[in-house]
Amino acid sequence: MRPFAYSRAADLEAAVAAGREGARYLAGGTNLVDLMRLGVETPERLLDVGRLGLDQVTETGDGGVLIGAGVRNSDLARHPLIRERYAVVSQALLAGASGQLRNMATIGGNLLQRTRCVYFQDVSKPCNKRAPGSGCPAIEGEHRGLAILGHSSSCVATHPSDLAVALTALGAVVHLAGGRTVPMPGLHRLPGDDPSRDTVLEPGDLIVGVELPPPLSGPQRYRKVRDRASFAFALVSIAAAVDGRDGVRLALGGVSHVPWRCVAAEEALRAGASFAEAADAELADARPLRDNGFKVTLARNLLVRTLQDLTHT
Amino acid sequence: MDLSLRINGSEHVLDVDPRVTLLDLLRERLGLTGSKKGCDQGQCGACTVLADGRRIVACLALAVSYDGAEVVTIEGLEDHPLQRAFIEHDAFQCGYCTPGQIMSAVGYLAEGGGGDPGAIREGMSGNLCRCGAYVNIVAAIGEVA
Repeated sequence: MRPFAYSRAADLEAAVAAGREGARYLAGGTNLVDLMRLGVETPERLLDVGRLGLDQVTETGDGGVLIGAGVRNSDLARHPLIRERYAVVSQALLAGASGQLRNMATIGGNLLQRTRCVYFQDVSKPCNKRAPGSGCPAIEGEHRGLAILGHSSSCVATHPSDLAVALTALGAVVHLAGGRTVPMPGLHRLPGDDPSRDTVLEPGDLIVGVELPPPLSGPQRYRKVRDRASFAFALVSIAAAVDGRDGVRLALGGVSHVPWRCVAAEEALRAGASFAEAADAELADARPLRDNGFKVTLARNLLVRTLQDLTHT
Repeated sequence: MDLSLRINGSEHVLDVDPRVTLLDLLRERLGLTGSKKGCDQGQCGACTVLADGRRIVACLALAVSYDGAEVVTIEGLEDHPLQRAFIEHDAFQCGYCTPGQIMSAVGYLAEGGGGDPGAIREGMSGNLCRCGAYVNIVAAIGEVA
């Protein structure tokens, strides 16, 4: 690992100032430390934001919940408010990583974790995300687990977070130090011709919390399909939440550079389409790569089956 | 950088480079070689220890960020029921993953994990055993749960 300076953030103002000057924020470290050891991330300065007191889960005035960015994944997954009112969030968290990693990883850091594309993680290989302009070997190479939606000729990486998929379905809002907010979807960005940027955040944009809107009235489900039963990233995952007034909210994971809100499927369902028709509408623009065409079928089946399960049809 | 840790009940004040992981600190500086270095990427669980009562992988923990923590390693267990159960059930072959398996199981039980074999397999999925002693590991943990 390359040498770096380490310090602890005294307060939010100091953290923002340091971030603007190029310091990288360290929270749980489960992704950043790993990438630093691989040489993928080479920060000169780490600012530990783990002791800023951002570890509370509180109810908001409108009946929603504000989750501190430093809350550990394991703590949020078993928090009574989350388990009772936002089951899809709890299920998504428990579908990710291992017990040890969930005890370390934080909610803010989870949203900012980097892709697990093998070329991104291997500094001996080109990668437009890690080394802009160097190329994307994944397009012709190992891409079975990579994107089918929204990718570009520069990058076919997927976002690995399960939590982000659930938050995208629910329409969570990310709070930054200083008061600015970023809605989900909207935090993550498609690769276009600049895949080096995963999100819309700028240096110094420190996530301090995630706000969940008031709970929806219907059942929720997170379902994850992967190559083994546990401790693996999603091939395709789905977060679904039935909203009594407004139909159903759907997001897919493992299919794109962003957690993929299923706008087309939701609209089709509101217009009276069948589950299969809605799934087909969502996947009409899918552009599978040579070895991941199975994900289109998988996503379609996952959409249909989850909708059937949630509506008992 | 100065660092204070309570490890297996003993206070340690250390000066460490920020790059040093908790695992390397335990093994290389303090001679506590029970915690094993397997993948060094957080994937195998051989380095599992308890920090403030919670199981973590020490290989991904920068020691400086755990300043003030209470750490328990396999050396800190004394005739723990899980240790006896692992022997009883022959829950290891080469033994390399065993300290991590046992520390992870201590954490799993502290989290309220139950004795259902499926729940144990899911709860212990962060610990790999290259010898494939999983059946007996699950049985050992199930006996204590």
